[in-house]
Amino acid sequence: MDQDEPKTPLEEQIEENLRKVYQKTLDEQVPDRFLDLLEQLRQQDANHG
Amino acid sequence: MQIMDNLVDEGQAVADPSQEIVMHLPAMRAFALSLTRNSSQADDLVQDAIMKAWENLNSFQAGTNMRAWLFTILRNTFYSDQRKRKREVQDTDGVFAAGLSEKPDHDGRLAMAEFEQAFVQLKTEQREALMLVGAMGFSYEEAAETCGVALGTVKSRVNRARLKLGEMLDLNEGEPLDLTDQQTKAVLGAQMPVSGERQ
Repeated sequence: MDQDEPKTPLEEQIEENLRKVYQKTLDEQVPDRFLDLLEQLRQQDANHG
Repeated sequence: MQIMDNLVDEGQAVADPSQEIVMHLPAMRAFALSLTRNSSQADDLVQDAIMKAWENLNSFQAGTNMRAWLFTILRNTFYSDQRKRKREVQDTDGVFAAGLSEKPDHDGRLAMAEFEQAFVQLKTEQREALMLVGAMGFSYEEAAETCGVALGTVKSRVNRARLKLGEMLDLNEGEPLDLTDQQTKAVLGAQMPVSGERQ
């Protein structure tokens, strides 16, 4: 598989930075608006059947 | 090709899909941010994607990869919005680049701000491919499926994105130097302990 090829230092640096950027958002708390929305959708479905 | 489809036992199909979507929300927000480069647009996109996903829940096969399914919906929503908004001015304030206004109090932070600034300049298709494969651990196959393109297309997008970033950040393939350290020295002119940055 492709992923088995050894990574170059450039690739490793890029991925490390990218993962940090990504992690920053992952560490944020999910805003309530999304949880509220899902709850609303769930209730809607429950009421309709 | 099998893509981790069998990891979830069908017997334990989640009765309440909203619970499963919640688990994927942080990753969806990160992916949306990498596409829109703007946090409020990113969250609007996530909201639209959740609603579309909900409407189409019956097309999701229990036991298959829900993250990839959600990402597909999210990116399709993004590209269709883009086409609609073609003429509107895109606000790319770049939350990714927001770190730039912060003081370079730490070598890692400075390097990351530089990196983010370069990353947001990549083409959308390249950011997308690199994010999926480079940060989120998607296989090339999985990324190709999510983006609805051929395997070779994803590979070449990832490669081009890497090359472009290397170019912008002045990194050379054969040069294993520590980006962090070099930039820190250049800007702070101070001696910094060379850390392995393992976190």
